[in-house]
Amino acid sequence: MDFEYLFQLLCSGVVKGSIYALIALGYTMVYGIIQLINFAHGEIYMIGAFVALIITGVVTLSGYSGFSVLILAAVVAAIYAAAYGFTLEKIAYRPLRGAPRLSPLISAIGASIFLMNYVQLAQTPDFLPFPELVPEFEFMEPWVQYVSSVDMVILVVTALVMVALTVLIKYTRIGKAMRATQQDQVMARLVGINVDRVISATFVIGSILAAIGGVLIASRTGQINTAIGFMAGIKAFTAAVLGGIGNIPGAVLGGLVLGIAETFGAGYISSAYEDVFAFGLLVLILVLRPAGLLGKAVKQKV
Amino acid sequence: MQKSTLVKVFAAAFASAAFSLPVLAADTIKIGVAGPHTGDLAPYGLPSKDAAEMVVAEVNAKGGINGKKVELMIGDEQCKPELATNVATKLVSEGVNIVIGHVCSGATKAALGIYKEAKIITISPSATNPPLTKGGEYPNFYRTIAPDDDQAQLAAMFVIEKLGAKKVAVLHDKGDYGKGFADFSKEAIEKSGKAKVVMYEGVQPGAMDYSAVIQKLGREKVDAVIFGGYHPEASKLLAQMGKKKIKVPFVGPDGIKGDGFLKIAGKDAEGVYATGPKDVTQYPLNAKVRAEYKAKYGKEPGTFFDQAYAATLAAVNAIKVAGGTNYDALGKALKTSPVETTVGKIKFDAKGDAEGVGFAVYQVKNGAFAEVK
Repeated sequence: MDFEYLFQLLCSGVVKGSIYALIALGYTMVYGIIQLINFAHGEIYMIGAFVALIITGVVTLSGYSGFSVLILAAVVAAIYAAAYGFTLEKIAYRPLRGAPRLSPLISAIGASIFLMNYVQLAQTPDFLPFPELVPEFEFMEPWVQYVSSVDMVILVVTALVMVALTVLIKYTRIGKAMRATQQDQVMARLVGINVDRVISATFVIGSILAAIGGVLIASRTGQINTAIGFMAGIKAFTAAVLGGIGNIPGAVLGGLVLGIAETFGAGYISSAYEDVFAFGLLVLILVLRPAGLLGKAVKQKV
Repeated sequence: MQKSTLVKVFAAAFASAAFSLPVLAADTIKIGVAGPHTGDLAPYGLPSKDAAEMVVAEVNAKGGINGKKVELMIGDEQCKPELATNVATKLVSEGVNIVIGHVCSGATKAALGIYKEAKIITISPSATNPPLTKGGEYPNFYRTIAPDDDQAQLAAMFVIEKLGAKKVAVLHDKGDYGKGFADFSKEAIEKSGKAKVVMYEGVQPGAMDYSAVIQKLGREKVDAVIFGGYHPEASKLLAQMGKKKIKVPFVGPDGIKGDGFLKIAGKDAEGVYATGPKDVTQYPLNAKVRAEYKAKYGKEPGTFFDQAYAATLAAVNAIKVAGGTNYDALGKALKTSPVETTVGKIKFDAKGDAEGVGFAVYQVKNGAFAEVK
């Protein structure tokens, strides 16, 4: 047994898993509050990456470099993504609030396709190089076989986001309002909660998370195009479902399980079947635990 | 009115037939040109027709071959196998001596049987399907373009002989193009017996992360990586190899030999090898012919023009050397007498592939591909 290799694979799996988790967190939060699968989440992630690329281009021209560029790019990307998320909810989901659950779902798919094509027309369908915004930390040098600097940043950010989201939902006023909205929108309105505002806030937060994910992951892969949101969305959705959709720690757990399963499958068997392992595992877990790893079975109100 | 037009047409047709008959009967050399001249794929066939016409015009202006004028017989088959057999039958029945074509591999294969039975040499400028020559089924078939598997063969030999690799990883993107290249490379390496393919894997195109495959590369301690696929995946693999400090030579097909790769892979592209079509513009004849074409048609020549020009030159030269159009003599001339063409100085090997055409290995140096000598 080659433990060195096993450990390398484990590290890769954890990093890959936290990439999935980072996107899945926003996905699962939106679902948790309004029970909508926001298929356009992947596209918001892609838009975040594009905005960051443009900002980086401009800022680098004016001579800045290093961490400040990353922060600036991430902030601007987050603002843009928040605006997109806010508008998207207003245009595509709010008019369908009272409609059967399938209607907003279709609307979400439409929004996803629209955004992808919109960016493709407005920017380019080609692949674009994305600069490495995360500098190489010197103290990471001995560990680079296992975890690189950007991997480390992704791990830390994912953990921070998970904790922050949990705190936000459990202990803040807006979090309380979100939980109330989730439980019963009519009742929440009656006790004076502005439900529309809460839902807008949910989308804004979700979109900011997607944009941060977009910036970090794009600077890790080194390239972007308008289709990256699709694959990211599918994998994040899988991770969210695996962990129990709507559950914040569940999204992270689901991402990690997915990432590790894929990496071990690819490392020990063959990378040609990577997706087979991922989705095979999803089927298996859903057969055994239909609500996901950490999800609670919700009783359907009849 | 209509009737009289018809009568006139018939009369004209009859008259022209009557006039042209003596020409046909006269002692000319008939070169057939078959390919798609109409339809979707016409852009692949028309340049060949232009090339043949240019060569023949020049030959005739100089008094023909061994005193005989050359006559072109054009056959349009739209790259469709069923039309290709019709064209072939028609050319054969009209007494064609040698054929330049066909253009698409499928149509070529369909027509070849007919030419083979009639003992007519066929030189294609563009049919790249490997078994057409290597299968040995069609001894009458020659081509001035390298077959599909040549590129992979070249990559494999380069890795073994120039890079001295003993353990090779072959990766691909699971697509037709990438996997085809990977499969042929793997086969070539295994056949050579000088190196081992220790890893043969497909990667998911569009995936966000290839670290598992990269870890495996590190674990197997490979000496070189051959990758079949396009530039986005290649640059992603290279970037992640760079991060994990895995420095092994990386060889890709012509799918990565382009500006897109250089742009996206950036500094990771440095030192990467790629096979690609040989640069034919270095040959003086090529430049001259291209200039002539531009002067005549006012545009750049299209796809397979160079190869078709070379094929026609090879045909003319073979007829000259053989002193006629005897099948065996022509075949011998094609295989033994080299001729200066637009794709370099060529003659054909025993199976009918042109020697000296095809692919070269390039390496990225200072942000540009340079041929490896």
